[in-house]
Amino acid sequence: MKGSIRNIFYFSVMAGLIVLVGQLQSWNVALSILNLCLISSIMALGVNIQWGYAGLFNVGVMGFAALGGLAAVIIAMPPVREAWAVAGSGVAVGIGIFLATSIAALLVYRKLRKGPLRTVLVMLIVILGYVLLRIYFDPTTKVIEKVNPASTGYLGGLGLPVLLAWPVGGLLAGAVAWIVGKVTLGLRSDYLAIATLGISEIIVAVLKHEDWLSRGVKNVNGLPRPVPYEVGLQNAQWFLSLCERLGADPVTFSSIFVKLCYAVLFASVLLLVLWLSEKALRSPWGRMMRAIRDNEVSANAMGKDVTARHLQVFVLGSIVVGIAGAMLTTLDGQLTPSSYQPLRFTFLIWVMVIVGGSGNNWGAVLGGFVIWFFWIEAEPLGLWLMNFLTSGMAADNALRLHLIESAAHMRLMTMGIILLLALRFSPRGLIPERNHQ
Amino acid sequence: MSYLIGENMTGGYGGADILHDCTIAAEQGEIAVIVGPNGAGKSTAMKAVFGMLNIHKGRVMLDGDDITALSPQDRVAKGMAFVPQSANVFPSMSVEENLEMGAFLRRDDISTTMEQVFDLFPILKEKRRQNAGELSGGQRQQVAVGRALMTQPKLLMLDEPTAGVSPIVMDELFDRIIEVARTGISILMVEQNARQALNIADKGYVLVQGCNRYTDTGQALLNNPEVRKSFLGG
Amino acid sequence: MTEETLNALALLSNFVLVPAVAYGSQLALGALGVTLVYGILRFSNFAHGDTMAFGTMFTILFTWWFQSMGLSLGPLPTALLALPFAIVLCALFALLTDKFVYRFYRQQRADPVIFVIASVGVMFVMNGLVRFIIGPNDQNFADGERFIIKAREFKQMTGLAEGISIKVSQGITVITMIVVVAALFWFLNKTRTGKSMRAYSDNEDLALLSGINPDRVVMVTWILAAALATIAGTLYGLDKSFKPFTYFQLLLPVFAAAIVGGLGNPLGAIAGGFVVAFSEISVTYAYKKFANYMVPGDDWKADGLMQLLSTNYKFAVSFLILLLVLLFRPTGIFAGKSA
Ligand SMILES: Nc1ncnc2c1ncn2[C@@H]1O[C@H](COP(=O)(O)OP(=O)(O)OP(=O)(O)O)[C@@H](O)[C@H]1O
Ligand SMILES: [Mg+2]
Repeated sequence: MKGSIRNIFYFSVMAGLIVLVGQLQSWNVALSILNLCLISSIMALGVNIQWGYAGLFNVGVMGFAALGGLAAVIIAMPPVREAWAVAGSGVAVGIGIFLATSIAALLVYRKLRKGPLRTVLVMLIVILGYVLLRIYFDPTTKVIEKVNPASTGYLGGLGLPVLLAWPVGGLLAGAVAWIVGKVTLGLRSDYLAIATLGISEIIVAVLKHEDWLSRGVKNVNGLPRPVPYEVGLQNAQWFLSLCERLGADPVTFSSIFVKLCYAVLFASVLLLVLWLSEKALRSPWGRMMRAIRDNEVSANAMGKDVTARHLQVFVLGSIVVGIAGAMLTTLDGQLTPSSYQPLRFTFLIWVMVIVGGSGNNWGAVLGGFVIWFFWIEAEPLGLWLMNFLTSGMAADNALRLHLIESAAHMRLMTMGIILLLALRFSPRGLIPERNHQ
Repeated sequence: MSYLIGENMTGGYGGADILHDCTIAAEQGEIAVIVGPNGAGKSTAMKAVFGMLNIHKGRVMLDGDDITALSPQDRVAKGMAFVPQSANVFPSMSVEENLEMGAFLRRDDISTTMEQVFDLFPILKEKRRQNAGELSGGQRQQVAVGRALMTQPKLLMLDEPTAGVSPIVMDELFDRIIEVARTGISILMVEQNARQALNIADKGYVLVQGCNRYTDTGQALLNNPEVRKSFLGG
Repeated sequence: MTEETLNALALLSNFVLVPAVAYGSQLALGALGVTLVYGILRFSNFAHGDTMAFGTMFTILFTWWFQSMGLSLGPLPTALLALPFAIVLCALFALLTDKFVYRFYRQQRADPVIFVIASVGVMFVMNGLVRFIIGPNDQNFADGERFIIKAREFKQMTGLAEGISIKVSQGITVITMIVVVAALFWFLNKTRTGKSMRAYSDNEDLALLSGINPDRVVMVTWILAAALATIAGTLYGLDKSFKPFTYFQLLLPVFAAAIVGGLGNPLGAIAGGFVVAFSEISVTYAYKKFANYMVPGDDWKADGLMQLLSTNYKFAVSFLILLLVLLFRPTGIFAGKSA
């Protein structure tokens, strides 16, 4: 019981901090932080499923989140009709080649027995598919990218409700995770780490450079929202009367209202994922996972297929990260491939999990809140600190200018130090894993 | 007073105690042998004597000095050498380098010692440039013993030196061990081949579940009907 | 051989062979550091890319300082003069990280993955320090002569239409790599300390039983790793340019090189460096002109760039090599310690 009082205390302090920001800075800022805290928590939950349940070290969180972002574009953006008109048949050919390759590779994988022959055949099929795609699909991408490059220059999406992108983003991330896991799991844990680092760089490179798909560095703007628009609210009668009753300014309140809507959506997803994770953790499956993590050798000896279980967990965790990635892009309302930085998207999430408490879902959620909060607030704090420290110097002192200019980089260092301190002095995190019997 | 004595050693690997009040001793220039069933704690007793294990009761004395608190490296400097049961060579280093590593703490000329080792194990001279990992099991054991001898120890501890070695090579190896003992080096050895080992032993210890079950001269133990029945297969 | 073929070969040498030899040398030096740390401290050091950036930053700072004092090496880059000082500072920092971070986990005999996570923390700190001190932007610090042979000179000499140019930085890279590797192998194979490091890497417990001092082995390892990282980073920076984020990204090819060669195996790391560099550059090279030279007659001309993979995806090459090795030979070409 002591534990739960402590946990309630932690979460109340966190809530208090956000309220404090609302009072001191503004409610808009506070809600922005809250929304990103919620998304961060979901990502941390995904990583915690992999690390906390199974001890898998995934260094490719960024890539799986980016896949979620791509899903948001593919699902929600309206299709670009002109592009489809000129390149529709080419796209059909491309999709055909892609599907044929995948099916052929999968068939060979299923039908043949494990061994070098199977691996070589699968690889040959993939290479052949790649070459065919390059020959037949490359010209199509050129055509697509020529269609009105300033505003579109890509295929657009399916024009479906953006909420659908969340599960789809999860599936996309899960599929990639399956392939990576299939190759690297069962080998040394470092290999998974390096392979995931590689795949995430590649995924982001695809988003940056395949303009026909994601507009590349030109970004995709104006993703449809799952919540009302501010302008719409300001003209809606019910909203205006609500404002009147609350005595709030419609312009400010409309943006707060939108953020609240997002917060409700995100919180529901968080609660759902949290509930499922907790349920899984307590199920026989979860018990087995922890048994495997704590003693891989004897689990192996008991005939448990450790590698297959690890693959399951790896895919599940990646799905959660993918969902969170899609949510993030939805919140931003745009896909900005160059914003995917490993330090922000991979390693920050890791700090959340380690600080929060690896193996404990509530810990991961708390870590998501705490670390995101400090990540955001460290910047003004750092700037303030630098200004304060250098206040004795002349305003145009070169050192002072350099220090103030570089204050933003301080937070990387701070995060590193927090990670090291947590790992050393509180390796079980703020909310440690419970010892289930 | 014995040259080396581990007295009333009690301890383990952090969990439950493995050794209980176990006493092992070796005299100058003599061979002491520890026998017992698998898992009896023979290797554990060796590690305890060498300081690779915390004992919370008892002490280890070498030549009259209490060395219980010394690290294994310091015990090497004091003239003890240990050949572990497994992983007892540097596999990716040549035979010669293995021997050099044995003499790591020595600052004087090691070439005569190395010649002595080559005299003892002529095959090693032939294979001196080959990696230890590429040798046969028996040859590897010879490298392991040779490495330990390179420090010019006064006490040599061997954990199952004949494991995985053919009967002929085993006899060879026992002969060599007797030769080493004749030069005045004390030998403390764990052996699975209890009969042969007790044959050459001055002193024998039968260990069961971390306790001394029988302690006597090698011959007396061989003649003891109970020991013969339970530990020497009749 | 016809002139066309000669032209084609010159073209290939200029755009694939020469750059790949230089890049391969840089990767080899980086991978040697990774493999040393792996062999002796038994974990994959994710901070190695940022150690490279960290050391290079010191080289740049010293270079600027020397330049401001009017010191120079004539045709050679001033950075060579700065390098030893940078190595000392980088090694000091590496020793500090060991003292305050890694040693604790070593004494705990912690799981390797804990070391890896700790190295991520160190990476953050180093990354932050580099950005804080020198900033996140590109720095070009190469001075002195730029070319050993210019393409134009080569053309005049040979009368070919295609030239081969070799940059001073490329020449320095290769020579430095050879000297450093020779010195390293001499150290590991011939000196007492070097042999004790190999022994420690081979069998830690037996090394302790032989009286080898683990603290000393670890200390020398960090010094060597920091020196290798600084040299590799400086050479890469001279050849291309210095940008902290690029160095973080070098982690992937460097690790691919170390794994291809077999983690913990120095010889393998060098071979792996060249395998990765040659694959990356030859896969991303556009063969259009080369094909036009090779196919005789004028009636056939290559359409398109004839590039297997766009340079945007050069990291994919490291990744694919990595996957191939893991699929077929998880211990690397020269079996490493990673069974
Ligand atoms: N490193 C260790 N950590 C924990 N327990 C250990 C360790 N090594 C051995 N043990 C335990 O200590 C007990 C005695 O083991 P020990 O190796 O000393 O037996 P032994 O007599 O040498 O057996 P064998 O003849 O098979 O070599 C065993 O129950 C074993 O499980
Ligand atoms: Mg034993």
